[in-house]
Amino acid sequence: MTTPSPNHPTFTGNKALQIEEALSFEIGGLDRTGVDFPPAEDLGDRLGGLGRDSEIGLPGLSEPETVRHFVRLSQKNYAIDMGPFPLGSCTMKHNPRLNEKIARLPGFADLPPLAPQSCVQGALELIDMLAHWLKELTGMPAVAMSPKAGAHGELCGMMAIKAAIEARGEGAKRTRVLAPESAHGTNPATAVQCGFTVEEIPADATGRVDLAALKEKLGDDVAAIMVTNPNTCGLFERDIRAIADAVHDAGGYFYCDGANFNAIAGKVRPGDLGVDAMHINLHKTFSTPHGGGGPGAGPTVLAAALETFAPVPFVVRRDGEYHLVETQSAESFGRMTAFHGQMGMFTRALAYMMSHGVDGVRQVAEDAVLNANYVLARLKTEMTPAFDGYCMHEALFDDRFLKDTGVETIDFAKAMIDEGYHPMTMYFPLVVHGAMLIEPTESESKRELDLFCDALLSLAKRAKSGEAEAFKAAPVYAPRRRLDETAAARKPVLRWTPVIATE
Amino acid sequence: MRYLPLNDADRSAMLKTIGAAKIDDLFDDVPADVLNASFDLPTHAGELEVERALGAMAAKNRAAGDGPFFIGGGAYKHHIPATVDHIIQRSEFLTAYTPYQPEIAQGTLQYLFEFQTQVAALSGMEVANASMYDGSTGCAEAALMARRITKRKKAVLSGGLHPHYGAVTRTNLELLKDEVVAAPADVSGSEDMTAMIDDETACVIVQTPDVFGNIRDLAPIAEVAHAKGAVLVAVVTEAVSLGGLKSPGEMGADIFVGEGQSLGNGLGFGGPYVGLFATRQKYLRQMPGRLCGETTDADGKRGFVLTLSTREQHIRRDKATSNICTNSGLCVLAFTIHMTLLGQAGLRKLALLNHQAACKTADALSAINGVEVINKAYFNEFTLRLPKNASDVVDKLAAQGALAGVPGGRLWPGDPGAENLLIVAASECTTDVDIETFAAKLRGALS
Repeated sequence: MTTPSPNHPTFTGNKALQIEEALSFEIGGLDRTGVDFPPAEDLGDRLGGLGRDSEIGLPGLSEPETVRHFVRLSQKNYAIDMGPFPLGSCTMKHNPRLNEKIARLPGFADLPPLAPQSCVQGALELIDMLAHWLKELTGMPAVAMSPKAGAHGELCGMMAIKAAIEARGEGAKRTRVLAPESAHGTNPATAVQCGFTVEEIPADATGRVDLAALKEKLGDDVAAIMVTNPNTCGLFERDIRAIADAVHDAGGYFYCDGANFNAIAGKVRPGDLGVDAMHINLHKTFSTPHGGGGPGAGPTVLAAALETFAPVPFVVRRDGEYHLVETQSAESFGRMTAFHGQMGMFTRALAYMMSHGVDGVRQVAEDAVLNANYVLARLKTEMTPAFDGYCMHEALFDDRFLKDTGVETIDFAKAMIDEGYHPMTMYFPLVVHGAMLIEPTESESKRELDLFCDALLSLAKRAKSGEAEAFKAAPVYAPRRRLDETAAARKPVLRWTPVIATE
Repeated sequence: MRYLPLNDADRSAMLKTIGAAKIDDLFDDVPADVLNASFDLPTHAGELEVERALGAMAAKNRAAGDGPFFIGGGAYKHHIPATVDHIIQRSEFLTAYTPYQPEIAQGTLQYLFEFQTQVAALSGMEVANASMYDGSTGCAEAALMARRITKRKKAVLSGGLHPHYGAVTRTNLELLKDEVVAAPADVSGSEDMTAMIDDETACVIVQTPDVFGNIRDLAPIAEVAHAKGAVLVAVVTEAVSLGGLKSPGEMGADIFVGEGQSLGNGLGFGGPYVGLFATRQKYLRQMPGRLCGETTDADGKRGFVLTLSTREQHIRRDKATSNICTNSGLCVLAFTIHMTLLGQAGLRKLALLNHQAACKTADALSAINGVEVINKAYFNEFTLRLPKNASDVVDKLAAQGALAGVPGGRLWPGDPGAENLLIVAASECTTDVDIETFAAKLRGALS
């Protein structure tokens, strides 16, 4: 018998624990279902002649088939529960299961958003307590809780800024927003969604905002700057207060992208740095699970100057009772979402914060920064740090160490997959060539980091020793080899279409 | 601390490797006077203490399952099969990131592809994306997409659109100085939307069943919208209705926006939910949000990747179709598992049971003196006109352990025409006893 290999695959295509799985539609049947219902009575209908006659065309599966389908799919995923997930800017930390348990208490999970307020006092209390934690940790007087994710929080902050500018009668004049070249793509996209135009602020040689260049761009037509701090190069903006002062002197506002708050939570209050608005990704800093791309939550803290423009709804406490204010004031810029925000993320985040306490939150920031600097120190013997000096919570490398090897950043990343790691963030930030941004978070042990660093050092040496072809072929042990993204975009197939049987 | 693997010996050894004397040396870029601020917050607590404190808060709330329950208004109580919550708690789904490395994210990508297929089939549209935050934000995104398609700056909102959806859409469009024309709240579902569409109209947004529960025929609106070069956005807040009613696609909608919470996702006090978003093939490149597409790998095997990212913020930045990044991944999975279990056969049955529960509830309540069911046609939600202020009635019944519905005053505060309206939803969870209890208590509250 031939030993199975890519050239001699198994009969099934399976590889032991890796089991190939068809689409659910290719498994199920149109008359099949995995849910039992009581018999329906014949009452006639009151659908006004608009009942559905057409086929839906979606097969069903029995319960065991459904379980097996999704369990097999799950085994094709990498996850933080399996190993390091060092995606820079994404803060993939441990997701405590206590959070899941709290979120599933019927008093939270089975609670209708439009119940009378007398029936939801505990939920409003939780929102108010989480708001207190967020305000206290950031040193800001107000927080809008309803934004559904980081980018939605950015939108909330920039909407508040726009409302404030219009209230000053400067809406027509202040139309420019400045953001560093290294900004997350959401920043310029958000500014444009608010009707602003965006200009880039260049970085200086140390990877930080070029203060002189920023000052030159400031004027009475600037609405705001959007700056991430610590920034996307993993560095604290040393001139942050000078930046804030310059913007304020020019009559603009300082929006801070809080994606990297994990590095400084419990250590530094953004309010002390002159920030006017900042979103907080509860799914990054406060450990609510990323769930394969969401849901997130993006509560947005606001300075006193922006507080009155906050969206509805919000919670206030009066006479020992909590009230959900849903009616818009004249100043409020409006509403972000149908209900009150990501309650399921609030419960999880508060469980995490209470578990850590303020002492633990500070230790988190310190360990996250320590782990990143440890990785930086250990890897710089073979890899090339993009900037000199210490980093904050993430270590940024460029691709100089791969020069003339024939190996590119993407190949290096794909080779990490075969070593059992999720790759780091690659080709971001844009200001660094072939960027590799590593954020280990505080959740990794020294033992795990040592193995990770040893593996990357070994890969770097192999790249330099002329093994480019092996890198180009990676990954070979993953459930799939490299996928053809060009073909996917050229002729998009975005849904399953039933195969018509021909007889 | 139980979540932190490093101990002090590790920390010292690591600082030594780094070449730093103490941890704060690593924070030397931070202005010294703001480093190590003090906070008025409690210190760490064990699992038992946290559970006790938050459990006490949960216990202060009245859950939907605690008694007779008839609240809808954009979020619906349905039975979720046990399989759903079990699978979404698997580590490989729960603790994965956005599938940017497709070789080790085929699990997420394949369910996104299945989800897109399900949403397209349910809505009768050609292509669906991998989700929005929820129905209301999807509604605003649809309006923004329509202005990109038509290059026009006027949105027309039906009087049957959930007022919070209207508010979210208005908030987004007014930023861009667009005109938003909203029809007055239309409890009877008899407004003539076609008269409001003109040559300047970018989109007309109509909900069905509407916020009062009326089933709307979109076909005549689609015809006029298309004749005027406008885009018809169909909003559905109750996904189960798609199993029982003509689909938006069949009625000529150009963009479908839905709240997918009803399938697989609990009420959760308003979120996280899952926004459904689908459109015609010809508008694909104007869509917001992530898309998953089929392709092959280096060995020729079928696989899936995120695709057409040139519409998205991480590639296109200020030229992106939307700023959305994180979406509703895990809620998508819950939706997909529930829909996979149901299949079309199960969904049709579920829809029928919902409709019947609503018919029975309506019959029981309309038998009460002074109570009028306004709707002619409805699915699982309808509106009553009471002889009294509905908010007062709802509060009174809540004190007696019954959650009666959404009073008009909650959704249209200050509108005297809405004060006596009560929007009532039923579902497969509604029992005959629930209906009898509700009817008896309502009769008592009105007498």
